[in-house]
Amino acid sequence: MASDSIAIGAIDEPRQSASEWLHGWVTTVDHKRLGILYILYSLFFLVVAGIEATIIRIQLVVPHNHFVSPEVFNRMFTMHGTTMIFFVAMPILFGFGTYLIPLMIGARDMAFPRLNALSFWLMAFGGLLLYFSFVGGNGLYGAGNAPDVGWFAYAPLTSRAFSVGHSTDFWTLALLVSGIGSIGTAVNFISTILCMRCPGMTLGKMPLLAWLNLVMAGMVILAVSPLTAAQIMLCVDRYLGGHFFDTQAGGSAVLWMHFFWIFGHPEVYILVIPCFAFASEIIPVFSRKPIFGYPVMVGATVAIAFISMSVWAHHMFAVGMSSYGNSFFTITTMIVSVPTGIKIFNWIGTMWGGKIQFRAPMLFCIAFLFQFLIAGLTGIMLGASPFNWQLTGSYFVVAHFHYVIVGAILFTIFGAFYYWFPKMTGRMYHQGMARWHFWLFVIGFHLTFDFMHIPGLLGMPRRIYTYEPGRGWDIWNFIVTVGTFVQGVAILFFVAGLIWSMFKGEPAGDDPWDAWTLEWSTTSPPPYYNFAETPVVESRRPLWDIKHPEDPDWKYE
Amino acid sequence: MTSAAITHPPDHTDWILPSRGRVGMYVLIAAESAIFLIFVVAYIFYIGKSEYGPMPKDVLDLPIFNTVCLLSSSLTIHLAIRALRDAKLGAFKLWWFVTLALGTIFLIGTGREWYRLIYEKGLTVNTNLFGTTYYSLVGLHAFHVTVGLTFIALAMILALLGKVQPEHSERADVFAMYWHFVDAVWVVVFTVVYVVGR
Amino acid sequence: MPRLLVLACCVFFLASVSFAGPAGSPDIPNIFRPASTPADSILGLSHLVLAITGIIFVVVFTLMAYVVVKFRRRGGDDGREPPQVYGSNQVELAWTVIPVLIVLVLFLATARVLLSIQDAPQPPGAIEVVAIGHQYWWEYRYPALGVVTANELHVPVSDPAHPTPTFLTLLSADTDHSFWVPQLAGKTDLIPNHPNHTWIDPHSTGLYVGQCAQYCGVQHAKMLLRVYVDSRADFDRWIQQEKASAVTANSSTDAVVQQGRSIFESTACINCHAVSGTVANGRFGPDLTHLMSRDTIAAGAASNTHDNLRAWIQNPDSIKPGSLMPAMNLTKSDLDAVTAYLETLR
Ligand code: HEA
Ligand code: HEA
Ligand code: HEC
Ligand code: CUA
Ligand SMILES: [Cu+2]
Repeated sequence: MASDSIAIGAIDEPRQSASEWLHGWVTTVDHKRLGILYILYSLFFLVVAGIEATIIRIQLVVPHNHFVSPEVFNRMFTMHGTTMIFFVAMPILFGFGTYLIPLMIGARDMAFPRLNALSFWLMAFGGLLLYFSFVGGNGLYGAGNAPDVGWFAYAPLTSRAFSVGHSTDFWTLALLVSGIGSIGTAVNFISTILCMRCPGMTLGKMPLLAWLNLVMAGMVILAVSPLTAAQIMLCVDRYLGGHFFDTQAGGSAVLWMHFFWIFGHPEVYILVIPCFAFASEIIPVFSRKPIFGYPVMVGATVAIAFISMSVWAHHMFAVGMSSYGNSFFTITTMIVSVPTGIKIFNWIGTMWGGKIQFRAPMLFCIAFLFQFLIAGLTGIMLGASPFNWQLTGSYFVVAHFHYVIVGAILFTIFGAFYYWFPKMTGRMYHQGMARWHFWLFVIGFHLTFDFMHIPGLLGMPRRIYTYEPGRGWDIWNFIVTVGTFVQGVAILFFVAGLIWSMFKGEPAGDDPWDAWTLEWSTTSPPPYYNFAETPVVESRRPLWDIKHPEDPDWKYE
Repeated sequence: MTSAAITHPPDHTDWILPSRGRVGMYVLIAAESAIFLIFVVAYIFYIGKSEYGPMPKDVLDLPIFNTVCLLSSSLTIHLAIRALRDAKLGAFKLWWFVTLALGTIFLIGTGREWYRLIYEKGLTVNTNLFGTTYYSLVGLHAFHVTVGLTFIALAMILALLGKVQPEHSERADVFAMYWHFVDAVWVVVFTVVYVVGR
Repeated sequence: MPRLLVLACCVFFLASVSFAGPAGSPDIPNIFRPASTPADSILGLSHLVLAITGIIFVVVFTLMAYVVVKFRRRGGDDGREPPQVYGSNQVELAWTVIPVLIVLVLFLATARVLLSIQDAPQPPGAIEVVAIGHQYWWEYRYPALGVVTANELHVPVSDPAHPTPTFLTLLSADTDHSFWVPQLAGKTDLIPNHPNHTWIDPHSTGLYVGQCAQYCGVQHAKMLLRVYVDSRADFDRWIQQEKASAVTANSSTDAVVQQGRSIFESTACINCHAVSGTVANGRFGPDLTHLMSRDTIAAGAASNTHDNLRAWIQNPDSIKPGSLMPAMNLTKSDLDAVTAYLETLR
């Protein structure tokens, strides 16, 4: 057993030299190790991009502040946004997927282990490339400078004329590379889920996490590819003197907007659907009930995926589309709320009549439910195109999407983290630390992002490095900045608790939550081959069937 | 090992799932199609929007011969794999080589067309929007052909070394899917660039 | 107690949003204090949307809170599992149909306002203005009236009886910008070779502020908007004065001014700036013909005082780091002369 155990600092870690250990991790093709690499890599960048956010907030704490120069500020929000989306949120979700999917469908590894490793290293390289711009951004002349075109890099700001030096090249190349990595991951997810399920696990009996990741991977295929294409065009413009987005030569700036958001909107659902998956695994276990309306949950997810392919231009209501265009994207945008609502209601239905245990993972998921409700509703406000003309490009938008991205995505990710930590390391997380982390993060989150809506309504645009006093924005910005620091401290608790538990946490056992999906049937951490004997399943909750032979699920499904 | 205990009445002796090679290739093709779709959209969007010449109708003429070569290579690769499946290694090598040859002819053809455009017609990527979109779209496709040819060439070498055996026909077939896709894309590119775009 | 705290926060959030409405003096660009039809009808719509989403919020929120409290594991629980329920089609149907209806209502209301604003016909009495976004300043042209000015837009008040709205054509000289004066209308972007249109019909005179709302480069933050809504009489007077060429009007005999003018016209200034009636006809920078008729310089970055003007000419970065006007490093005396000259441009 010992020689197979994969977790850092797991019980009975075999003695091996540091170089062996390192070599083992760098050359690994094991989905569990790659999953953990993904997660650690993302956590590192979470702290980096978070510090960038902190710099943004310090600069904005009072009007006419001189903490950083305008140039630096613009780089900060560009790097913060790009890093958080492409090198925090996506990799950490891929990480959980890579780690969990084979375990949950009773497979021994991904369909293409080597491609899996390649995808991770491409993603990692992309991150390095992006941050190398701090050194090489200006090319030969002088100190480096990071990209400063904003995370959706609207043309023509990205053309050679307005963005001299190489910082924008680093941005586009980093996204090109990591995008190819993402496509590889998606190919892998889909092939694994379709071709590697253990006997008995029909599509209808897969855990929801597998289902939702399948849908997410499909969206990656259809959404990230356009981004890749657009980045190639941008490279053609910048290196070969092409004119795709060169407005001086008749190129169209609006075309880039469309291409970016054709990726950009599905992207946000790519980020949120795996989080729905976490919630759909955690909420039932801590309510002690099966997920409510499994088929409907699957259907709703597929519906979201479909609809979200046709809403992208709700990011472009102010660029002067025809009134028909605006109406079309208004209705599609609003329709999305129906399947999303169905999911929320099904989670409520799952908790209904259960016995809810407020362990750390569940706490994060409950907070997610409340916060996602609000975030979604502000989304609906943004979707009403005329209202959007007032709100777009203002801090209201920034508040909206942090409400989803932090309040929903980051929260469920933390929940998932505490939920599967025992499985990954074989040790229990530090309960006290976890609670501190949760409460501080809730407080910090609401201080920051509740009040961020208001300056938006009072006419404060986003991406401004400073603002005029006496416009009624000062007090709100101050509160927002305070909240940021609370969040920072909360995340310090998270990191501290993580490190402590990794080495000192008490042994967790194979199935600490008395849960029902396959990953809990093997040891913690799982052996290299996952399952000594390929499992055979009869229902969506194989372990429930074992624990309750008197009334197994397969009687009802 | 609890997993052992899960073994409930095992009525799953006939548990068969799709081949991951094929599924993976299908998904890859989906992604590639999305990429090409964006380039095609850009091309169509910019038709006639160039602010100065040369315009497509002045400089482009139909690469019929090229097209025939590329499309027929789809047929030959199919024959090659059929031959491999029923262990006719000689026939396999022959058809495989013909495929390689046809693909190469196509590339050379494209190369010569580009040479003409650049040195005689003075059309380059940064001449005008037509140049930009034309070279990107056709170039992207040519790139895919090149990748395909590299694999075909490798397989050819292995085949000559006698390393390719009937049991590899499955893999060869998966690769063939890619090659068929590249041909299909050419049909689109041809229609958009040489028919509609002129 | 997770729910209690979350509850508190959310209630507070709603409270503060609703409070944001009445809050603030007129010069706060508050979208809840409209002074023009487009902003007005948007506010009307936003009230409806806020109401509907507010109700949804309260209902769903209460439901969640109830479930979380009611079904928590109680102390002294007999470790038995609760009854296992797998779903119910009736319920699913219910919470599918209701949202669909809500969405329908929302959409119809939205579409009505959308069309009323975007497809509004242009009445004969309308003023036409071409607004051109530059990094990082605004150029305003009144083609019909033959006036070119910068950074401070003057429009006549439009009384509902016989409206004189202002219809703007939005162009960009470089990157994307966005025209946003919250109290007058929502945003419309200015995009190179993609002309856009918007319109305003201010009901009451006064100054309405806003700022560029589409990231356009280093100084996006200091690309402020100032719209002066004048009574019809004041507006006509302003037009007349803008039409007149400042220099001939009051070409001062003051030696310093003359010297300043010659420096201005012999240095690079005139490559970028225009002063009608003189050789200065640059178009890269703001038109300076009636500089002194403006309250601010550098797109609202600083008030138009002697010191600011001088500081600006000496080194624009001291006021607006990264603006596209280079420091001309003139000698102190030249600087004073040029400033003096500019101060005659009223
Ligand atoms: C990451 C995840 C994520 C998610 C899940 C969402 C979800 C939604 N978003 Fe958001 N959004 C972003 C991330 C996300 N968004 C980001 C990052 C940006 C900004 C990018 C940038 O500019 O930098 C953005 C920007 C953005 C805009 C553009 C703003 C602008 O720049 O002008 C709009 C406009 O329509 C919008 C709308 C919506 C809507 C309608 C939903 C819907 O999916 C919400 C649906 C959910 C609910 C509605 C709540 C639950 C439903 C019920 C309880 C049922 C009953 C309700 C009704 C019937 C209404 N979003
Ligand atoms: C995954 C996505 C994600 C996440 C998690 C976050 C998290 C945060 N974001 Fe993010 N943000 C974006 C995605 C994200 N953001 C995007 C896409 C944009 C748009 C960019 C653009 O316009 O181009 C944006 C823009 C953006 C802006 C607008 C900038 C502008 O328009 O001028 C602001 C301003 O407040 C902001 C703040 C924050 C804060 C305070 C957090 C906090 O939640 C961060 C909390 C984390 C930490 C604080 C770091 C970890 C803690 C430590 C290292 C301990 C030590 C630190 C302290 C004690 C402070 N973000
Ligand atoms: C390279 C072009 C260039 C040159 C040369 C130049 N300017 Fe400017 N000037 C600008 C630009 C661009 C702005 C607008 C800056 C902004 O608001 O971001 C500007 C703004 C101004 C303003 C403020 C106008 C307003 O209404 O906001 C004044 C006054 C001015 N310049 C005076 C001068 C003088 C005097 C000189 C010569 C000594 C000069 N400029 C030389 C480009 C130039
Ligand atoms: Cu102009 Cu921002
Ligand atoms: Cu969106």
